[in-house]
Amino acid sequence: MKNLKMSIVAILLLAVSFTNAQEKEKMNHDHGDMKMDHSKMTTMKSDVKAEVILSDYFNLKDALVGDDTKKAAQAGSKLVASLKAFDAGSYSKEEKEELADIIEDAIEHAEHISESAIDHQREHFKTLSKDITDLVAITGTKSTLYEQFCPMYDKGSAWLSTSNEVKNPYYGSKMLKCGKVQKTIQ
Amino acid sequence: MKIIKIIALVLLVAFVGIQFIPTTRNQSDTVPSTDFMLVNNVPETIQKKLQISCYDCHSNNTQYPWYNKIQPAAWILEDHIKEGKAELNFNEWDSLSSRRKSSKLRSIIKQIESGEMPLDSYTLIHTDAKFSETEAEEVINFITQLKDSL
Repeated sequence: MKNLKMSIVAILLLAVSFTNAQEKEKMNHDHGDMKMDHSKMTTMKSDVKAEVILSDYFNLKDALVGDDTKKAAQAGSKLVASLKAFDAGSYSKEEKEELADIIEDAIEHAEHISESAIDHQREHFKTLSKDITDLVAITGTKSTLYEQFCPMYDKGSAWLSTSNEVKNPYYGSKMLKCGKVQKTIQ
Repeated sequence: MKIIKIIALVLLVAFVGIQFIPTTRNQSDTVPSTDFMLVNNVPETIQKKLQISCYDCHSNNTQYPWYNKIQPAAWILEDHIKEGKAELNFNEWDSLSSRRKSSKLRSIIKQIESGEMPLDSYTLIHTDAKFSETEAEEVINFITQLKDSL
């Protein structure tokens, strides 16, 4: 029974992604001039491994928003793995150095997050957020990100989100709405 | 009664036996040019405090206590020093990038603030390594300044 459910879900997912892809193709056909912009954007401003890092970072952020230490720790471990898997091969020498520095620092914070209590996780999340922001500035991303800022936590702390609605990872349910969008990253 | 005697004997033999297992000693005559004190303008009182409270485990040179050669204490020390140096080595400070320095300074502040460092097991014997409230404030202020100037 469980298997059946799983396969139905899988088929549905497949179907959705198919129609999505088809729609995209249609869009490209409809607007021949837009197509060029699109391909240019994807080749220049998207790095698959950076996207994985970002997605792990957002899972971590959401766990902190939900005051969930255990989930945050798991997300931290996943982030360690995706940071280690990052490949700066296609970047310039200068960027490579900067990226290596960012990754090394971020790994340390993610490691601490994977083995700490929630207060400690949030402390490290602050510096980690700075690292990830600097990372995205180099790698770019396919989605729109919002840099949000809470003036109260540790003399002011920022984080990244995929939504412009503020949900505070430093306070969670205690002060969920504290903060504002200070920058949109595209 | 006999059993207790046998157990005691076994323990004694084990205790003597482990004394022969060698440990690596963390000692060095030279202070590298990358040392925290050499590249930063650290006030003397803070230098002294950091030396006493941090350098035993966070540098290449440990001032070993009297029991340092007795097992299993030597193992515990060795382990703490290895872990401490991996986390932060003051002797190699200047080889870090500004990003890494900033991260480390932040951690130093948090560790002192929360009283997590120096470890309780360390201050139990090194009572002078403990931070008084004023000492903590002084060191944290200095480290914060240093962090802001990066």
